[in-house]
Amino acid sequence: MATSSKLNAKIPEGILEDKWTKYRSTVHLVNPANKRSLEILVIGSGLAGSSAAASLAEMGYKVKVFCFQDSPRRAHSIAAQGGVNAAKNYQNDGDSVYRLFYDTIKGGDYRAREANVHRLAEVSGNIIDQCVAQGVPFAREYGGMLSNRSFGGTQVQRTFYAAGQTGQQLLLGAYSALQRQVGMGAVQLLARHEMMDVVTIDGKARGIIARDLVTGKLERHFGHAVLLCTGGYGNVFYLSTNAMGCNVTAAWKAHKKGAFFGNPCYTQIHPTCIPVSGDHQSKLTLMSESLRNDGRIWVPKQKDDNRKAKDIPEEERDYYLERRYPAFGNLVPRDVASRAAKERCDAGYGVGASKMAVYLDFAANTERYGKIEATKHNLHNPSKEEIMRLGKEVVKEKYGNLFDMYKQITDEDPYEMPMRIYPAVHYTMGGLWVDYNLMTTVEGLYALGEANFSDHGANRLGASALMQGLADGYFVIPYTIGDYLSEEIRTKAIPTDHPAFVEAEAKTQALINQLLSIKGTKSVDHFHKRLGKIMWEKCGMARNAEGLKQAIEEIKALRAEFWKDVRVTGAANEFNTELEKAARVADFIELGELMCIDALNRNESCGGHFREEFQTEEGEAMRDDENYAYVAAWEFKSEGNFELHKEELKYENIKIAARSYK
Amino acid sequence: MSHGNMNLTLKVWKQKNKDTKGSFETYSVKGISPDMSFLEMFDVLNEQLITESKEPIAFDHDCREGICGMCSMYINGRPHGPKQGVTTCQLHMRSFKDGDTIVVEPWRGAAFPVIKDLAVDRSSFDRIIAAGGFVSVNTGNAKDANNILIPKDDADTAFDAAACIGCGACVAACKNSSAMLFVSAKVSQLSLLPQGKIEKQDRVLNMVKQMDDEGFGNCTNTGACEAECPKSISLENIARMNREYLGASLFQNKV
Repeated sequence: MATSSKLNAKIPEGILEDKWTKYRSTVHLVNPANKRSLEILVIGSGLAGSSAAASLAEMGYKVKVFCFQDSPRRAHSIAAQGGVNAAKNYQNDGDSVYRLFYDTIKGGDYRAREANVHRLAEVSGNIIDQCVAQGVPFAREYGGMLSNRSFGGTQVQRTFYAAGQTGQQLLLGAYSALQRQVGMGAVQLLARHEMMDVVTIDGKARGIIARDLVTGKLERHFGHAVLLCTGGYGNVFYLSTNAMGCNVTAAWKAHKKGAFFGNPCYTQIHPTCIPVSGDHQSKLTLMSESLRNDGRIWVPKQKDDNRKAKDIPEEERDYYLERRYPAFGNLVPRDVASRAAKERCDAGYGVGASKMAVYLDFAANTERYGKIEATKHNLHNPSKEEIMRLGKEVVKEKYGNLFDMYKQITDEDPYEMPMRIYPAVHYTMGGLWVDYNLMTTVEGLYALGEANFSDHGANRLGASALMQGLADGYFVIPYTIGDYLSEEIRTKAIPTDHPAFVEAEAKTQALINQLLSIKGTKSVDHFHKRLGKIMWEKCGMARNAEGLKQAIEEIKALRAEFWKDVRVTGAANEFNTELEKAARVADFIELGELMCIDALNRNESCGGHFREEFQTEEGEAMRDDENYAYVAAWEFKSEGNFELHKEELKYENIKIAARSYK
Repeated sequence: MSHGNMNLTLKVWKQKNKDTKGSFETYSVKGISPDMSFLEMFDVLNEQLITESKEPIAFDHDCREGICGMCSMYINGRPHGPKQGVTTCQLHMRSFKDGDTIVVEPWRGAAFPVIKDLAVDRSSFDRIIAAGGFVSVNTGNAKDANNILIPKDDADTAFDAAACIGCGACVAACKNSSAMLFVSAKVSQLSLLPQGKIEKQDRVLNMVKQMDDEGFGNCTNTGACEAECPKSISLENIARMNREYLGASLFQNKV
């Protein structure tokens, strides 16, 4: 297999451990005087966007930040719960940059680029240093040191955390750095603004068309470079753990302007979410993976067992993860844990009213903690009640906010009975294809964080999304952007009455007019829900060729119906949330089709992409390294017509092997 | 679409934009399930309005898991409704009864002008943070994270203050529309940590000045902010900020 001539990953020469250091030290620089006249547009204000914008402004570039929310602090990075990985080896348990690199490649089922992942592992420690310096209140031990815990797919404790609100604390750190630059006049902040299109001139990204969501006015913004930090596309499934506003529009519009889309079928289904309770549901809520440190997952050994969890004796419980994967137990990676839950439920062992749930049980570890506490407090022969009371306090300290959230949503007390959980769409490993500099196939157009495809292969390990978002923003783009901008110092700001801006704005205006003029009979949400159902059933946790072919036809039909029958109320020149949703759903429908095309093309199972035709006798994913060890980068040709380009994945430092957590 | 049996009457504030006068409109919704969140109940209402070719009600929301701070409804006279320690998106309809009449308004406060219906402009909060809610450290300057040890109690107290989601319920709850709880949470977080101590005087002076410039009212220690805060941010933060402010005012070097 040869890499397509249209894809140049620009991976530096040399041995893996030295690539980044050498590259960073030799990449072209822009002198401070020139930085002042170079403008960078940052779209999105999550971990990647805020950290990039703050860092670039500190360096002297002129930066504008756009977010569709009312404040940059609302970006969905805020909802990440469990933690952020870093190879600090503070726990003296044998961690290292190599081990984090290895775990991430293996966790990604050998479908990520070695050089990118190694760089990620190298800068992981700097992230923690940076965040602590900003005043991020990470959890600490009594001696004042930082505390760590474990996440799935690893056997060391390298996850730094702030209760179950790590994403919030990291984002507020990056947001404060961003606001500092806003206060200094180095960053112009445009909240409640949505990017509607990229403007390209002579093949280079030169700006965007944005819609002011309060007035509805379309605006033209010039930039020497455009950074898409716009997150993932999990909301294509309608129900997901993403925020309601998360969307693919910026990335999709970039795709239609020439940015290739990498591995769109790689979606992460998170194993521990609160199950769906009814048709009214608008979103799903995650219960952090950190809970699997102390929660044991089980179902009854007997089918259709209707007894209460606590009435089922120990010997009649099937701790299926501990049984199938003794080495990693409850801390297997997410894709493995999700499939195992689905397998048990499909086989008829599920629990709860819907039977589409498994138990996540804290009783055993609550008791264990209670006994430790009793010993610590010199209590001899404590009663079971006393032990459980003491244990509960420990559990509360670790996971209190998650337990409260669970109770609030389900009306059940997880301190008294096990949680019921089921997998849900959570993250997308796929995204815009980028080279080592994080540049897409459009010059001057970059993608950072979840919006790009680069570091997680076919499955992301827990606590690695925060790491990647901040690595890209704080420690990668500030250097790599010099490679491009050093060649742009002679480019004067292009006036926004340039025909390319006029044309892009006219196209956006036409799209808005069209959406408002259909005046059909069904709401935007109606179409979004139907798309989600097709995607979940045929391109979700398990896929097969026949289902994917059907899905492609169904999505084509849905798209035609959408453009004939959608009802978008209100007007263009006002605050109009229905219009916002309509434009986003139109893009989701097109993306959904590409996801199915990609899933159908990939005749293997790897990570989050599980094709039922390709599995071992024990139901484990079966990769085909001979034919599919490549990144699928799709080029947009015309509506529903995409051309595949392959980037071969070479493993020079890790021996590619069957992924086993047994 | 819904599988419930609660029928409710809603009196909702409708306002086209900040320059026009608003008024209450009455709606009835049927078939609400007690498992729905308050915002999902609004989804049902909006779906119904769209079906009738009427304009849906505009409201802010995003994560729907109580952490982004975007949702902001003033329900039956209380920010985020009747339950303690939850945001509107985490308020479930089981907290209401069949046949209830529910009054829903936007956040009140001169510094939070209405954008449309229930959505308000809270960019004043961003400007307060921009005035001083940070540690002045550029990317790349940091030393090893364990170089400075921080007592666990200090880190925990800082975290409790840092848990603020910036929703603005404290302002909406306050008869003076004071933002003291919000501002003091950030001041406390950073002044409790060694990294933030260096700039603590400038920080508190600058943030308080910006708060005043934005038109937020004064604090009269009523405590409504703490009572209504969905994240239970403590009034102690205000006391701490007052101490910091007094100290900074007395001893600042600048004139």
